[in-house]
Amino acid sequence: MTVLDTGDKRPGIGTDAVEVGRAGLADPRAASLTRRTLPRQVPWAIAGGGVLLTIVFKLTLDNWALAVFLAGVIFIGVLSAVSWRFEDARRARDRFATSLISTAFVLAVLPLVSVLGYTIQRGYGKLSPYFLSHSMRGVGARDDTGGIYHAIIGTLEQVGLAALIAVPIGLLTAIYLVEYGRGRLAKTVTFFVDVMTGLPSIVAGLFIYAFWIMMLGFQASGFAGSLALMILMLPTVVRSAEEMLKLVPNELREASLALGIPKWRTVLKVVLPTAFGGIVTGVMLSIARVIGETAPLLLLVGLTQSINTDPFSGWQSALPLYVFDQNHAGNQFAEDRAWAAALTLIVIVMILNLAARLIARWKAPKAGR
Amino acid sequence: MSTTTPTAPAEPERKAPAAKRTKVRPGDRIFSGAARGAGISLLAIMAAIAIFLVVKATDALSKNQGSFLTDQGWDPNTAKPAFGVVTLVFGTVVSATIAMLIAVPVAVGVALFITHYAPRRIAQTLGYIIDLLAAVPSVVYGLWGYIFLAPKLLGLHSWLSDYLGWIPVFDKEQAGVTARTLFTVGIVLAIMILPIIAAVTREVFLQVPRAHEEAALALGATRWEMIRVAVLPYGKPGIISASMLGLGRAVGETIAVAMVLSPSFDLSIHILDPGNTTIAANIANQFGESNEIGRGALIASGLVLFIMTLLVNGAARVVINRRKAFSGANS
Repeated sequence: MTVLDTGDKRPGIGTDAVEVGRAGLADPRAASLTRRTLPRQVPWAIAGGGVLLTIVFKLTLDNWALAVFLAGVIFIGVLSAVSWRFEDARRARDRFATSLISTAFVLAVLPLVSVLGYTIQRGYGKLSPYFLSHSMRGVGARDDTGGIYHAIIGTLEQVGLAALIAVPIGLLTAIYLVEYGRGRLAKTVTFFVDVMTGLPSIVAGLFIYAFWIMMLGFQASGFAGSLALMILMLPTVVRSAEEMLKLVPNELREASLALGIPKWRTVLKVVLPTAFGGIVTGVMLSIARVIGETAPLLLLVGLTQSINTDPFSGWQSALPLYVFDQNHAGNQFAEDRAWAAALTLIVIVMILNLAARLIARWKAPKAGR
Repeated sequence: MSTTTPTAPAEPERKAPAAKRTKVRPGDRIFSGAARGAGISLLAIMAAIAIFLVVKATDALSKNQGSFLTDQGWDPNTAKPAFGVVTLVFGTVVSATIAMLIAVPVAVGVALFITHYAPRRIAQTLGYIIDLLAAVPSVVYGLWGYIFLAPKLLGLHSWLSDYLGWIPVFDKEQAGVTARTLFTVGIVLAIMILPIIAAVTREVFLQVPRAHEEAALALGATRWEMIRVAVLPYGKPGIISASMLGLGRAVGETIAVAMVLSPSFDLSIHILDPGNTTIAANIANQFGESNEIGRGALIASGLVLFIMTLLVNGAARVVINRRKAFSGANS
């Protein structure tokens, strides 16, 4: 009886979609206001089927990649088809896009996890205090000895020198761009900072080779390598420092200037301390970026198996160079050494990154955003 | 004698600032001068890079017996040096293209997933992990690609040539036992540039005005329709600039390519065969064994690479000139 005079008690739009679906059988107008939706469990059930299918394919084809790929395609197809049949075309398209995007994420994460996982797995066994504290001097092809001490020293000195040159220049350039720069010169500098960001590392290496070694006649040394690293660091330092200086509120500058403080003291004593944490973060990230550079060092540093603590004369080694060299050495122990050195490099980069983010969280100026 | 003159021109310069109403403090002048000097030194470095590469390249090019633009061989260390850049440019372009074809769609998907699909609490962690992965050194990717990935891709190589062999590009002529091919290089490069593209794209997607998204949803759009009408149009310049950034990395990548690829100087369109080489990898491979002219020749090829990256970056600049914050230099 009540079904007939239902005009004033149709379900509101906001009610649960499944409920509406059932009510819709009784009341056609309600069904036109909301759409039929699959119960939430259905996509997960189909996904579960996909996982099962993966295992079946893996057992029959014996190839993980192929199994995941086939099962993924079938999962996306089935889900879209089910949605097309029981919902509508727009919902089906939405589900198709959702599953494609989720698949893209999985697809991207798998190799990246594999890089890290495989490096840890291969490098972990070899890593030891002995490995960290010995050089490769006098290590023959059949010796399972030797280490990366000389490479660590080389890397620390080269990157340290590069930072020592790049940070003041980069910081001053950023100060120029934010505090002083007006007109054409500032625009040109900004443009070339961007261009420099895209400079391939090997080109930086070639330039230092042409300039420092071919023209000025110096020998290959750690310092030549740090000059190239300096060029690669510079744009990142400028860019991050610029961003941080821009975040410093103008009121601080104005307050200081209003008290009669000269501009240079305002910059040094008010602006820079405010942005200090962010600048340190930027510098650490730029160090993390160049510490793994191999190509320019290959041309500039030479390569030695023994410890050389003087970056200004004689050949040095470096961690990335060591990985490259050991990979080419082609004896049975070299490969393990390469992986252990690669793991060390990753650990250093990760520590730099983590420390930089922590400092950023503590110290960054809380403005804008 | 020149020693008697230098004091004369200094006099009028010292008087000039006195004409101004406000006095410029010496500290200010030194500091702003230093800052300006740093900016100019940066320009000087860029100019020096261009000049030195051109000078050293022309030295070598003048001794070249072959044609630099069309010769396929690379033989600069003999009495009659002959070298050409065409194979190198071809390999560079092809490997970068493969990398872009794989990396850009996936990276955009990753960025969308992190910004619009993943639960809010996990999203930040995921973005952070992607940032960390962007920092993994290329030599590690090279080692991984050479030892781990290349052997695994052998099956994919033969599968592609079996089923798609009728397309010339996928035709595998050598019954090779190694997968150290341009195709594998493209995949490794794709994996390397993916985090960078994803990180920059994610930043852009996060800046899409919420009002746009909510307006679309309020009109009854599904999530995908909202992304299509609100997020992607807004993020387009950002996606393009991120891709260009990735392309620049892929074109200039040296050590990973040098480790993965088994190089040769026969220009071949069969990307599933070992062979071809890229500009950057060729520099790394040949530099140690080259004489003066050979190194000049490598510098000439480096100049070509420099120009290629300049073009790519210039294109990116044109696209994103309106939105400076997306340049990616600070990611």
